[in-house]
Amino acid sequence: MSNRVVNLLVPLISVVLGLLVGGIVMVVSGYDAIDGYTALWNGIFGDSYSIGNTIRQITPYILAGLAVAFAFRTGLFNIGVEGQLLMGWLAAAYVGYAIEGLPRIIHLPLALLAAAAAGAFWAFIVGFLKARLQVHEVIASIMLNYTALYLTNAAIKSLSDGGFKTPTVLESATLRNQWLREITDNSSLHLGIIVALIMVVVMWFILEKTTRGYELKAVGFNKNAAEYAGMNVNRNIILAMTISGVFAGLGGAMEALGTYQNASIKAAASGIGFDGIAVALLGANNPIGVFFGASLFGSLKYGSLNMPNEAGIPEEIVSIIIAVIILFVASGYILRVGLQKFGKKKEGK
Amino acid sequence: MSFLEVLYFIVPSALLYATPLILTGIGALFSERAGVIGLGVEGLMIVGAFTGIYINLEYYDDFGRNVIWLALLASLLAGAIFSLIIAIAAVTFRADQTVTGVALNMLAAAITVFLVKLIYGKGQTDMVQAPLQRFEIPYLSDIPFLGPLLFHNVYSTTIIAFIVAIGAWFVLYKMPFGLRIRAVGEHPMAADTMGINVAKMRYIGVMISGALAGVGGASLAMTSSSDFSASTVAGQGFIAIAAMIFGKWHPIGTLGAALFFGLAQTLSIGGGNIPYIQQIPPVILQVLPYVLTILALAGFVGKAVAPKASGVPYIKGKR
Repeated sequence: MSNRVVNLLVPLISVVLGLLVGGIVMVVSGYDAIDGYTALWNGIFGDSYSIGNTIRQITPYILAGLAVAFAFRTGLFNIGVEGQLLMGWLAAAYVGYAIEGLPRIIHLPLALLAAAAAGAFWAFIVGFLKARLQVHEVIASIMLNYTALYLTNAAIKSLSDGGFKTPTVLESATLRNQWLREITDNSSLHLGIIVALIMVVVMWFILEKTTRGYELKAVGFNKNAAEYAGMNVNRNIILAMTISGVFAGLGGAMEALGTYQNASIKAAASGIGFDGIAVALLGANNPIGVFFGASLFGSLKYGSLNMPNEAGIPEEIVSIIIAVIILFVASGYILRVGLQKFGKKKEGK
Repeated sequence: MSFLEVLYFIVPSALLYATPLILTGIGALFSERAGVIGLGVEGLMIVGAFTGIYINLEYYDDFGRNVIWLALLASLLAGAIFSLIIAIAAVTFRADQTVTGVALNMLAAAITVFLVKLIYGKGQTDMVQAPLQRFEIPYLSDIPFLGPLLFHNVYSTTIIAFIVAIGAWFVLYKMPFGLRIRAVGEHPMAADTMGINVAKMRYIGVMISGALAGVGGASLAMTSSSDFSASTVAGQGFIAIAAMIFGKWHPIGTLGAALFFGLAQTLSIGGGNIPYIQQIPPVILQVLPYVLTILALAGFVGKAVAPKASGVPYIKGKR
């Protein structure tokens, strides 16, 4: 079996196995798995309202997935998307309500830019620590996730005079769109999906069409070879991390300017950043793959909200399924061995 | 509040917050020393917290106050069993260990809340009737100053945590078993050559981390919240990892760092009542453990070096 086919089969098999495990868990717990998956399906595609909200849910997943995937492609594990996303969320919300009197054509891009810059800055710290001080990016990212959580909470508290959310963003900075809402029966679908799709193309373009992208990939592939070829490895690590943070920060802007129209105090991480890891893994760190991975996880996440109402099954079942899928994709080695053996047998016949 | 009163308030409270961090941090230490990244301890704590609360609620009628011992034992076993998922994926299936840890954390959070909803029909459990209780150690508590400070309001789990930390030091540095654990974490090929079963030692290291993180989670749940919900364990596992790193992958260092982070938590939660501390914005104390860990890793507090092979799957015969 060719490598290409195997690379495609591993995530597909993992998804099927994940859904199978989810079904087994439902049956063992005394629920009807058919009812459960029907409710899930209806939650995703049931009516135009659900479809609108599903697409809305997919939007930040695409950006979080791109952030993780971009870092992976350059040999880095950005587990800090969560924190970068929170920083972007706050920055977009702040610019969105605090700057008055700008036309939408300037204000909205400005708010998006602020989010991108905030995410980039938070990721830059990780890149800098890794490149200059040899701090492993995973630990630095995790610590910065919590730092971001508490910092943004404290900032929101002081911005709102002790309240729990910032003022609503102005009309000139919102991603909401009347037409999109109308065709989806008043769902919270917003223009962010277009931003996300543009960023899919941007990531593809950076990695495949620019010299810098080639360098970044080379550093990820083999640091020493890249260094020998005259590339500045340290600078590339910092740059790769910073670009990754741009995607993450924009993911936060989707929530700030689109879904919620503000930034609010959070008891715990939003989870979008962690799901971004799943999205990137499933998408094999490829922009188009990320789009499909985000579509799957976004749909599952939003559709699961319908499961308690329609089938009486706790929505956490979907988080179980997602975690199992990640475990299977991460354990891809064993699936690969299995597939290769299977392929050889077939060829032998 | 007089200075002495402040101390009598802060120290027992810091010990309380530090207890789960010590247990879990030592757990993560065993995993990393054996060469498997300990990122999953947050999830293992969640499993332990759920198990502890569940057993406490269900068997209180049969065992009365003694149910806490059954609950702690069950959480120990549950953590060890659940950690097998990491061991199988990371050691046998050679999965990316960081991803495995993240996935396990998600899985643990989802499964436990799912079970709570399945068993109790709501998002959180009732309060347990037998939470862990403070007690006074006879004789020692009569010592002037130190008595009221350290021995007046102690939890049994705090004593267990100290014994575990010192025991871990003894096991890792004074016993052949500890040498083997450290060997497979530093240079698995050399260990393999010497006839040590690398996979087996790594399984044991991961399962010890599961057992200790499970007890850590249960001790957290049975002291601070007394019930279980999605927010019972919220990042304490990661602070425990921070303590392990800040303690430079050494049991006594981890103990010290966990105590320090316990103090930081006390000050950020109860600081409003303490003179001088009141003036510090709580956010600074909240982010302190995380920022300090980064500084420790950056070498500002002396270089900390992770076990060399931590995170690297060992493939026999590959150089």
